Amino acid sequence: MIPGTFEYYRPDSVASVVALLAKLGDDARPLAGGQSLIAMMKTRLASPEHLIDLSAIAELHGIREQGNDIIIGAMTTQHELIASELLAKYLPIIRETSLVIADPQIRYKGTLGGNVANGDPGNDMPALMQCLDASYQLVGPKGEREVAARAFYNGAYDTALQADEIVSAVRIGKPVAGHGYGYEKLKRKIGDYATAAAAVMITMSVATCTSASIGLTNVSETPLWAEAAGKALVGTQLDEASIAKAVAAAEAITNPASDMRGPAEYRTKMAGIMLRRALERAKSRAHG
Amino acid sequence: MNKQTPIDIDRAERTEKLQGMGCKRKRVEDIRFTQGKGNYVDDLKLPGMVFGDFVRSPHAHARIVSIDTTRAKALPGVIAVLTAADLKPLGLHYMPTLAGDVQAVLAEEKVLFQNQEVAFVIAKDRYIASDATELVDVVYEALPCIVDPFKSMLPDAPVLREDIKDKMVGAHGPRKHPNHIFEWQIGDKDATDAIFANAEVTIKEMLVDHRTHPSPLETCQSVASFDKIKGELTLWGTFQAPHVIRTVVSLISGLPEHKIHVIAPDIGGGFGNKVGAYAGYVCSVVGSIVLGVPVKWVEDRMENLSTTSFARDYHMTTELAATKEGKILAMRVHVLADHGAFDACADPSKWPAGFMNICTGSYDIPTAHLVVDGVYTNKASGGVAYRCSFRVTEAVFAIERAVEVLAQKIGMDAAELRLKNFIKAEQFPYHSALGWEYDSGDYHTAMKKAMDTIGYAELRKEQAAKRAAFQRGETRELMGIGISFFTEIVGAGPSKNCDILGIAMFDSAEIRIHPTGSIIARMGTKSQGQGHETTYAQIIATELGIPADDIMIEEGNTDTAPYGLGTYGSRSTPVAGAATAVAARKIKAKAQMIAAHMLEVHEGDLEWDVDRFRVKGLPEKFKTMKEIAWSAYNSPPPNMEPGLEAVNYYEPPNMTYPFGAYFCVMDIDVDTGVAKTRRFYALDDCGTRINPMIIEGQVHGGLTEAFACAMGQEIRYDETGNVMGASFMDFFLPTAVETPHWETDFTVTPSPHHPIGAKGVGESPHVGGVPCFSNAVNDAYAFLNAGHIQMPHDAWRLWKVGERLGLHK
Repeated sequence: MIPGTFEYYRPDSVASVVALLAKLGDDARPLAGGQSLIAMMKTRLASPEHLIDLSAIAELHGIREQGNDIIIGAMTTQHELIASELLAKYLPIIRETSLVIADPQIRYKGTLGGNVANGDPGNDMPALMQCLDASYQLVGPKGEREVAARAFYNGAYDTALQADEIVSAVRIGKPVAGHGYGYEKLKRKIGDYATAAAAVMITMSVATCTSASIGLTNVSETPLWAEAAGKALVGTQLDEASIAKAVAAAEAITNPASDMRGPAEYRTKMAGIMLRRALERAKSRAHG
Repeated sequence: MNKQTPIDIDRAERTEKLQGMGCKRKRVEDIRFTQGKGNYVDDLKLPGMVFGDFVRSPHAHARIVSIDTTRAKALPGVIAVLTAADLKPLGLHYMPTLAGDVQAVLAEEKVLFQNQEVAFVIAKDRYIASDATELVDVVYEALPCIVDPFKSMLPDAPVLREDIKDKMVGAHGPRKHPNHIFEWQIGDKDATDAIFANAEVTIKEMLVDHRTHPSPLETCQSVASFDKIKGELTLWGTFQAPHVIRTVVSLISGLPEHKIHVIAPDIGGGFGNKVGAYAGYVCSVVGSIVLGVPVKWVEDRMENLSTTSFARDYHMTTELAATKEGKILAMRVHVLADHGAFDACADPSKWPAGFMNICTGSYDIPTAHLVVDGVYTNKASGGVAYRCSFRVTEAVFAIERAVEVLAQKIGMDAAELRLKNFIKAEQFPYHSALGWEYDSGDYHTAMKKAMDTIGYAELRKEQAAKRAAFQRGETRELMGIGISFFTEIVGAGPSKNCDILGIAMFDSAEIRIHPTGSIIARMGTKSQGQGHETTYAQIIATELGIPADDIMIEEGNTDTAPYGLGTYGSRSTPVAGAATAVAARKIKAKAQMIAAHMLEVHEGDLEWDVDRFRVKGLPEKFKTMKEIAWSAYNSPPPNMEPGLEAVNYYEPPNMTYPFGAYFCVMDIDVDTGVAKTRRFYALDDCGTRINPMIIEGQVHGGLTEAFACAMGQEIRYDETGNVMGASFMDFFLPTAVETPHWETDFTVTPSPHHPIGAKGVGESPHVGGVPCFSNAVNDAYAFLNAGHIQMPHDAWRLWKVGERLGLHK
C-alpha cells in the first residue's frame, strides 16, 4: 500500500489547472478530496505521474443561489454540504445523503466534485444527482460545457469527463416546496460503500403522487436513474400495488456485482427494499 | 452498624494510597498512548537504515519456473534482492514453525498460497523498495489448488507440500495422505460409541468456526541491526514472546544467544497474530547480516490480513447423546482443521489442536471422544489463538451451539438444560472426560445471577409474543435470545504438558526495591495493550506496601528482562502475575528480618499491616517498607547480604479456568437480514480481580472482537484461491457505531492454586461472546425450524436464511 512516484502541483486557479492538464496529458490526474484516488494510488490501481491538487482554488468552493438553481462548487466538502443552511432550506436530501457517507473525518476531506467525477459506482452522490436531475459544469481547453448527471456515467470509472477537463460545479434546479424526499442506504458499517441505496424525490397533490424521481446507488457499474420506477408511481396514491410495481421496475434495471457485501441477487433485492423505505419516508415528508 | 475506629481509618487511607489490587487505577501507559507518544517498531529510525519489501505470488498454487531480478537490481536505490537461491546455502529458505513443521521463508520451487513471499527487495527507501517489487520478473506455471479442506485428502487431490511428500510421519504421528498433517485423538472411543448406540436422544451438527484474522491495528514489523565488528544482532519487532524469538533466531541463524538482543517496544495489539515468526523477520535479519546496515520491514494492511497468521477454520462435526429429560451422557467430536499451506499453529508443542479437548465445556459429561485431523490447503498458514487460549473459542463454540441444538430437539429451555448439566460447585476440582482438572468454579450461582439480572423469564415471554405477532404478519422483526456459558482454560502452563520448542511454559518476574523505596520490576511477558504496566504494579503494591505509582514495570527487552514465554492465551496474570506475587513475597520475608533487626524484636513478633511491619500488640512500633528498604542498603542485619530484590520463575501447578454467563438479545430485520443487538450482558468470573476498570476494558474489547467474528468478519477465498476482502474496506472491523452497548457483571471464585487467586480475563469475553451471538441468531429463527445457521451472520447470509424459509414476499 505504497503509491508510486508522482509530481505534485497545487495551482490556485481553474485556468492554471486546465493549462497543466493540457500540458501533462493523460498521465495527470486532478486531486479533489482524495478519498477515492489516494486509496487507489496506495494499491497502485492508479499510478498518475502528475497529481494536481485542486484544494487551493477559491473559485471551486462554495454554495450559492442562481435564480431557480443552486450552484455548488466542486471542491465543496461533504461537511460543508451538511452545514449549509441554503441546502437545508431547498435540498435537504443532500444533507441526508451526506450524513451517511463514510465518517466525519472523511467528510471533512471528501468533496462533491470528487464524489461525482470519479465514476466510482460505490459513491452516493451520483445517483442522488441523477435523481435531482443535476448537471455538471465541466471546464477544459475548449471552455465550459454542461453535462446532465443522467448522461454523464458510461461505466465504472468511465464518464463523459475528458482527461483534460475538470468538474468545476454542480447545478441543481430547486425542487418545489413541500416535496418529499428520502435517501436510504444499507451498509455493513460506517465507512462502507452501500450494499444498495436509493434516493427518492416526490411531489404530492393531496393524496396523489404528481412526480417521482428515483436514483439507485452501487447496484450497477454506474449510478442508475430508475425512470420507469418513478413513472410507475406518478398518478397513483402510492398504494401497495403501485409501490410493488415501482420496486419491480427498479430491481429490473440493477446489475450489481457479487462481493463481500453479498451476492448479486441480494443486492438487487436490497435496492428494492431501500427504495420502499426511502419512499415511505418521502411520503411522510411530502405535503402539497 | 460497624463504627470505624481511627486505626481503621488510618489503615484504609494507607491502603487507598497504594492503589493496589482491587483498585480502579487508571492505566499508566495511556498517558503516552493517548498523546501519540508511544514508541512502536515503525517509529524506530536508525542511521543508515534501509527498507525491505516482498515480491508476492499472485497465484494460490503454482510452480516457479524462473525468477529474474535484473530489472529490479538496476533500479537506482535498490541495494539487494534476496530469493530462495540466496537463502538456501544458509539453510534459511525454510524456517521451523512452532507446530513442528517447516515454513518457506522465500518460495523455492512452488508457491502454496496467494501473496506468499517470493523475493525480498532491499532499497534505500520504502518507496523504491515497493517500486522494485514490480520489476522482479517471476514466471509461474499455475497448478490446480485446494481451497475446500474437505477436498484435501481426496485420492486425486494435488499434492501441496512436495518438500515433505515422502515424510509419512509428521511431528504428531503418522500422516494418512500427503496433504494430511496429523490426527489427534483423545478420550474413550469405544465407551463413547457404545453410549451413542443406545442413547434415547442424539444430535449431530457440523459446526463451522470460519477462518478469520486477529487483525491488530499495528501490523507485523521488524528492524534488524547487525554489528559486524561485535558480531551482535539487535532485533526490534512486534513480538508477543520476545524471549522465544531470541532463542529461535539463535537456533536458526547459528548466532550465540547472548549476542542477540531482542526488543519488543510498544505493541499496537496482538491477539495471537504476533506470536509466530514470519518471513519478514527472517529476511530483515538476513538482510542486515549480509549488508551490515539496519533493515526495516513493515507489513501493510493487505499483507497482514492475507499472509500472517489467520485464526479458526475449524469444521467441527459435533454430537451429543442424552436422555430425553436432557441429561447429557456423552460427546463425540470430529474436527477437520484447515491449517493452510504450512502448519504454523502457535500452540504448546505437544498440542497440535491446542486445548480443543476443553470442548466438554461447563458440563458434567462423563464420556467423550475427540478426533482432530489437520490438513493442508492453498491458503495462508496460521491457526493462532485469536483472543483466546489455544483453540478454546472453537471448543466453546462447539459445545455451546450443541447444547442449544439438543435443547431444541427435546423441547427444553436452553438455560434449563445448562443448569441441569453444569458441573456442581462441590465437584471441583473436577476431572473432565477429556483429561483436564478444572481448578474451581461455581456455575449455578453465576448462571442464576445472570438470568435474574437480564430478566430471562420476561424476555422469553416477550419473544413468544413477538413470534406470534410475526406469524400474524404484524412485524417483520425476529427476536433472538442468545446464551453462552463458557469455561476457559488459560495460563499455559505446567511443564508436564506445556512447552514451546522444548522450553517449559513458566514465566518470570524480577523485582528490585531501590534504597529510597521505589521499585523496578521486569517481567518475561509482553503487553500488547493489556495494561501490564498498571496491573503488575498493583500486585506488587499490595504485596509490598509500596504505592503503585512508585513502581515501574518493564518488559520486552531480552537483555534486561528475565526469560519468559510471553503474552498470549491469557497467561500473563495466571503465570507471570503469580511469579510477581511469589517474588514479592521473597522480598517481604527478607524485609521482615530487616524490620525485626531494626525494631530489636524477634521476626515472629511482627505482623504485616498494609505498608509496614509492626510489633504485635504495639501498633505504634513499626517500620514501613520504605524505611526497611533504606536499611537494606544502609545497615542490613549482620550476616545478611545487602539489597532488596528477588526473582521468581513460576511453574504453574495447573491451568486456571475462568468462566462466565453471557446473554444477548437481538432483533433481526427479516427483509434485509440486518441484526441489531439490543442488549448484551456479560458476567465474568476471573477469580480475584486486580483492576476492575482494566477487566471491564478487556471485556469490552473481547466482546467487540466476538461480535465481529460472529457477525461478519472473515477471510474468504474464491475457488481459485484468491483471498477476498484483505483490506479494511471489506474485512469487518466494527467501529464504535456498530458495536453494541455492553453490560458487565461478575462473580468471584478465586483460583485455589494461584498465589493471589487470579485466573486471567483478556480472552474470556471473546470465547464466550462468539457462541452467544451465534446462539442469538439461531434462536431468532429456531421457531421456524431453520436448522443450524452457520457463521458469520452478516446481513446477506441471514437474508438467505429468510429466502430459504420463504419469509420474503
